[in-house]
Amino acid sequence: MLGNEKGQAHMVNSRNLSLPLSSEAVASLKTGDIVLLNGALVTGRDKVHKYLVEQRPRKTEIPFDVAGTVLYHCGPIMRKTDTGYAVVAAGPTTSIRVEMYEADVIKQYGLRGIMGKGGMGEKTLRAMQDAGCVYLHTIGGAAAYLADRIMRAVDVWKLEEFGSTEAMWLFEVESFPAIVTMDAHGNSMHKEIEDLTFGKFKELIGI
Amino acid sequence: MLKLRDGVVELYRKVATSLPPDIEEAVKAACLLETEGSTAASTLAVIAENIRRARETFRPMCQDTGVPVFYVKVPVGLSHTELRNTILEATREATVKVPLRPNAVDIVSEKNSGDNTGEGFPIIYFEETSAGTLTIDLMLKGAGSENAGQLYKLPLPEIGAQRDLDGVRRCVLDAVQKAQGRGCPPYVIGVGIGATKDQVTRLAKVQLMRKLNDASKVRELAELEQQLLRDINSLGIGPMGLGGRTTALGVKIGVNHRHPASYFVDVSVGCWAMRRGRLIW
Repeated sequence: MLGNEKGQAHMVNSRNLSLPLSSEAVASLKTGDIVLLNGALVTGRDKVHKYLVEQRPRKTEIPFDVAGTVLYHCGPIMRKTDTGYAVVAAGPTTSIRVEMYEADVIKQYGLRGIMGKGGMGEKTLRAMQDAGCVYLHTIGGAAAYLADRIMRAVDVWKLEEFGSTEAMWLFEVESFPAIVTMDAHGNSMHKEIEDLTFGKFKELIGI
Repeated sequence: MLKLRDGVVELYRKVATSLPPDIEEAVKAACLLETEGSTAASTLAVIAENIRRARETFRPMCQDTGVPVFYVKVPVGLSHTELRNTILEATREATVKVPLRPNAVDIVSEKNSGDNTGEGFPIIYFEETSAGTLTIDLMLKGAGSENAGQLYKLPLPEIGAQRDLDGVRRCVLDAVQKAQGRGCPPYVIGVGIGATKDQVTRLAKVQLMRKLNDASKVRELAELEQQLLRDINSLGIGPMGLGGRTTALGVKIGVNHRHPASYFVDVSVGCWAMRRGRLIW
C-alpha cells in the first residue's frame, strides 16, 4: 500500500467529502470516520483566531467565503513563485491553543469543520454540537505528504500583517485525509482516550 | 569561515528533510506492531510515507522546522564568537534555501524576524573539547512537543512521588499522560534529574540527541529507561493520540548530582519527527 502517489491507500475505509460541507453531511459524520476532503478550505492559527474574536471583522472583510468550509490549524511553509505561492510543507498545528476562541469563531463565521491535531476541549465540543460542526484530526508532522494533497494556494488574507505562517490561506485540496475525532453529537474520541489512559496511569502509579 | 557556513546550511537541510535512521526504523517497526486496519496503523503508514517523500524531495518533513538547538564541541583555540556568527549566517541562509519556516518572534513587538535569528535564537551551547575536530550537533525542536514538556519538584504527593527513582517514574508517566496526543506521538522522552531547574531542563533536552539503542551506562537508570518505555506504551495513547500500542519510541535519562534539599526532574518531549544530526569539521 505504501508508495501510492495519490495517497488515499494509506487511509483504509475512507469516505470522500466535498467542501463546503452541508449540515446533513456534518450530521452524518461520527467519531472514528476516516474522510478525504475535496474542495476549498482555509487555514488559521493563533493570530487569525485572536483577530477574529477581538476585532470581529465582518464576513465581507475576508476576501473569500468561509461559511460551510473547514478551518485548518496550519502554519505552512510557502515558497513565492512567479505566479503566486507554492505550498512546501503544511501539516497541522496543536489545536488546543485556540480553545478560548474557537467556539465564537465557529458560531460567528459558520464553519462546519475545524481541522488540526490533538483535539479540542469541552467549550468547542458544545459549540460544535450547537452549530453543526466537526473536528477533523489529521496527521501531525506529515507536512510533505499533506502538502501533496493541496493542489494550489488560491488566495490569502492578512499576509502582510500576520506573515505567511499566521495568514489565512485559501487552499484547494484533493483527497486530503483526516479522522473525525469530535462529532456534532457531543462525542469526543480525545475525551474517551484521555479517560482510558488516565485510568491506566492511576493503575501504574497505584493511586 | 565561508565553507563552514555552507556545511551548517547543509546540516540544516539534512536535519529538516531526513530523519536519523534509528528513528525511521523504529517508526516502521511500530507499524507492524499495530493492528492491521487500525487508526494507529494508518497513522504510522502515513508518517512513514511522509518521511520517504520528504527525504526524496528534499522538503522539510514537518512545516514546523522548530527552534534550532546547537550543541557545539570546540577544539582549544577556536573562537566561540566567530563560530556563533557563522551559525547565525548559516541560519539566515538555510531559512531561504531549505526553506525553514521563520519561527523567531519578538516578545514585545510580536514581530517575526523572518530569518530564524533573534535574541537567544537559535540556541547555541558551546563546550571545549580536547579533540582536534569541531563537532556541531543540531536538533530542530518542534514547538508542539516542546509545549508538552513538564518540570517537577519532588516530593509531589498528588502522584505519590518521593525523592527517588520511583518518584521520577511517576513524573514521567504524569507528563506523558498529560501530553496525550498534543506533542505528536510516538514520542522520544528525555529526562533530566539534578539540583537546579535550569540544569535539569537542559539535561533533559540533550538526552534527545542520544540514539535509540544508547542505553544509560548506569544499570539502575538503564532499567528505568526500559521500564518507562513499557509503562508509557501500556497507556494506550498511541500514534497522534488516537489510541494504540505505540506512544513512545525511546526514553533516555540523564543525571547530575543534586543538593540534599533539592530534587528536580524535567521531562522533555520529542515528537516522532525527532530531527537531529551532526557535522564534524
